[in-house]
Amino acid sequence: MDFSFTEEQSMLRDTVASYLADNYSFDQRRAALKAEPGWRPQVWKAFADELGILGAAFSEEQGGLGGGSTDNMVIMEELGKALVVEPYLPTVVIGGGFLKHGKPAGADELIGKIIAGEAIIAFAYAEPQGRYTVTDLKTTAKKDGGGYVLNGHKAVVIGAPYATHLIVTARTGGGQREAQGVSVFIVPKGAKGVTTRDYPTVDGFRASEVYFENVAVGAEAMIGPEGQALPLVEKVMDEALAATCAEACGVLRQLHEGTVEYARQRKQFGQPISSFQVLQHRMVDMFIQLEQSISMTYMADIKLADSDVERAKGVSAAKVQIGKACKFVGQNAIQIHGGMGMTDEMAIGHYFKRATMIEAAFGSTDHHLARYETLSLGKAA
Amino acid sequence: MNLDFSPEDNAFREEARAFLADKYPKALRDKQERGETLGKEDYLSWHRILAEKGWSAPSWPKEWGGTDWTPTQKYIWSEEQARADTLGILPFGVAMLAPVIYTFGTEEQKAKFLPDIRDGKIWWCQGYSEPGAGSDLASLKTRAERVTEDGQDYYIVNGQKTWTTLGQHADWGFFLVRTDPDSKPQAGISFLLIDMKTPGVTVRPIITLEGGHEVNDVFLDNVKVPVENRVFHENQGWTCAKALLAHERSGIAGVARSKRGLERVREMASTELSDAGGSLLADAFFRRKVAELEIDLRALEFTELRTLAGESSGKGPGTESSILKIKGTEIQQRLQELALEAAGHYGAPFLGEGGHNSGVGPLHSIDTAGDYFNGRKTSIYGGSNEIQRNIIAKMVLGL
Repeated sequence: MDFSFTEEQSMLRDTVASYLADNYSFDQRRAALKAEPGWRPQVWKAFADELGILGAAFSEEQGGLGGGSTDNMVIMEELGKALVVEPYLPTVVIGGGFLKHGKPAGADELIGKIIAGEAIIAFAYAEPQGRYTVTDLKTTAKKDGGGYVLNGHKAVVIGAPYATHLIVTARTGGGQREAQGVSVFIVPKGAKGVTTRDYPTVDGFRASEVYFENVAVGAEAMIGPEGQALPLVEKVMDEALAATCAEACGVLRQLHEGTVEYARQRKQFGQPISSFQVLQHRMVDMFIQLEQSISMTYMADIKLADSDVERAKGVSAAKVQIGKACKFVGQNAIQIHGGMGMTDEMAIGHYFKRATMIEAAFGSTDHHLARYETLSLGKAA
Repeated sequence: MNLDFSPEDNAFREEARAFLADKYPKALRDKQERGETLGKEDYLSWHRILAEKGWSAPSWPKEWGGTDWTPTQKYIWSEEQARADTLGILPFGVAMLAPVIYTFGTEEQKAKFLPDIRDGKIWWCQGYSEPGAGSDLASLKTRAERVTEDGQDYYIVNGQKTWTTLGQHADWGFFLVRTDPDSKPQAGISFLLIDMKTPGVTVRPIITLEGGHEVNDVFLDNVKVPVENRVFHENQGWTCAKALLAHERSGIAGVARSKRGLERVREMASTELSDAGGSLLADAFFRRKVAELEIDLRALEFTELRTLAGESSGKGPGTESSILKIKGTEIQQRLQELALEAAGHYGAPFLGEGGHNSGVGPLHSIDTAGDYFNGRKTSIYGGSNEIQRNIIAKMVLGL
């Protein structure tokens, strides 16, 4: 048994942390989010060139550093600590995941572009009616000659405004909620017939409603087997969930530490509020939630390599813990900060907002509890 | 023991319902539904319609415009307003300041201020909290020194107030200031009415985490206030402050509004689809949470009714109001959580200034995250829920 990180992983963590400390202060982030385009391409360029982290989770043959999901976890936790909006998750974890596991034609070339910071990917899977059920697809891909024609509407596609490519789930067959008939395509965002309505999200990202109107793609745009891509989608989404749990650990750490620090210096009734036992116990409970979340994130990372069922159980269990922790730690961080926690000026509220959005990311707490229940206990009578 | 409404009560309900259906401005309702930021005129226009009907200050003494309603009628009125989704009348003048003036003020003060408050002519704001004095309100530092100029007595006021809700619209404000720095914290405080146009008053916006501008800092720099604008005796403003805080808390249960909020969540969840493909309201996990919340709300409602019954036999809102504040705000916050949960992916879009992004996703999902974030304030303001528990521990349990 070994929960330690390799020397390379520790160095990776230090590299990311020290870059973000110098270049990603709360004020720098805030200024960038308020301006257009709402993110900093130069930060992305630094990730690619200066830090070289975009290749950390790719194999050496693909031009990467030979790491894997644990490297993603290390990076995501650091990104969470600084509330980074630049699209590591959709590009490297999700985009990279589809390319690694689906191995479409041209995958290595595109991975090369990801590592170089030239290709940015957004994952268009959700639909207005579908909630968190990935098979609930109205978007269709009809065979047309040698290729496909896509039609449909994808909801709240995080990072789409700054993406070069979209990875899209669409139905090549089967009924609206059937497992059969799910296919995955990679589509250049500039393809004819792709339109977007862009907007900011409450936690500082940019997202789009993405509309496909008779978008023609070649056969090489398909990732994974036609109509049989659901296991691939679930695998990649579980990796995305594990990475999101790691990001959440970074967010939760900041919420907890920020609150303890604030409680030490804020005085009411002639003493620091940290001296009140009712608040001490609250902060201890926050700390316990944080520790449990870290444990479950490590567990999920280990389970990613297991069988499909064990992987799914592990990841959903972790997401349930993370969802509960995000709510408890986030709400109490604001409560203990009092009025100051309600201001846009203080970082704590921004961590709370991100934590709240993580609760629902890739499925709410209830969604993952139900998924775990079914996998562990079977279908309810 | 019964919950029956008398024929008079039923007739009153009919009258209230018809009045709201007839008179509530449609333009205002549309703005509310689109999640647009409401301006000063939006609030005041509705206030004036109520004033014309004679219903803008139901709880006041009859001579100043009160309606002399029974507690049951007040309860019906709050239910009907919630049912019609009307804007609440702003509490600062009608519910907070006016009771202080008609209880502690001089005849001149009553005549000068009460009619304008009732008729919605003056917008009031509250100057209580300070950067270092939130839950510990009595530690406030804003200083008022008495001076005489040309035979007139004034206070010169210096300090900073914060969390002043909608102070950007205010014509006047009521302020707690320290007139005796040497006495015990509660003993040296006075209650002043300050014209916000007085030189030296500066209002600066505080943007809250959901992106809205609702609260403000108010800076007071050598602000000259005539002594006749002090309510009650010098150094005894804490008496007024306490009375006001009790009134602030008594409305805070928000039972009628939460009932309406629950209806909205049910409506929302009946059209949203669950992961199983049915309606979200049919989803075992979600419906359980709705049911639990309904039960908690029912408990709160009956606790409030018992409090009201106590009030009707002549007691003021007492420490029961701390229970109402704690449970009322917890329920409001859980409702906001459920609405955000029901919105699913469409909880994420940021509404933006002036409702810029409305139209992304279904109407009922708009700004559910903003409401949830903003709603965290309710367990902080008006004496945080921790302070309310201290009050119960001390005053009720004698610990």
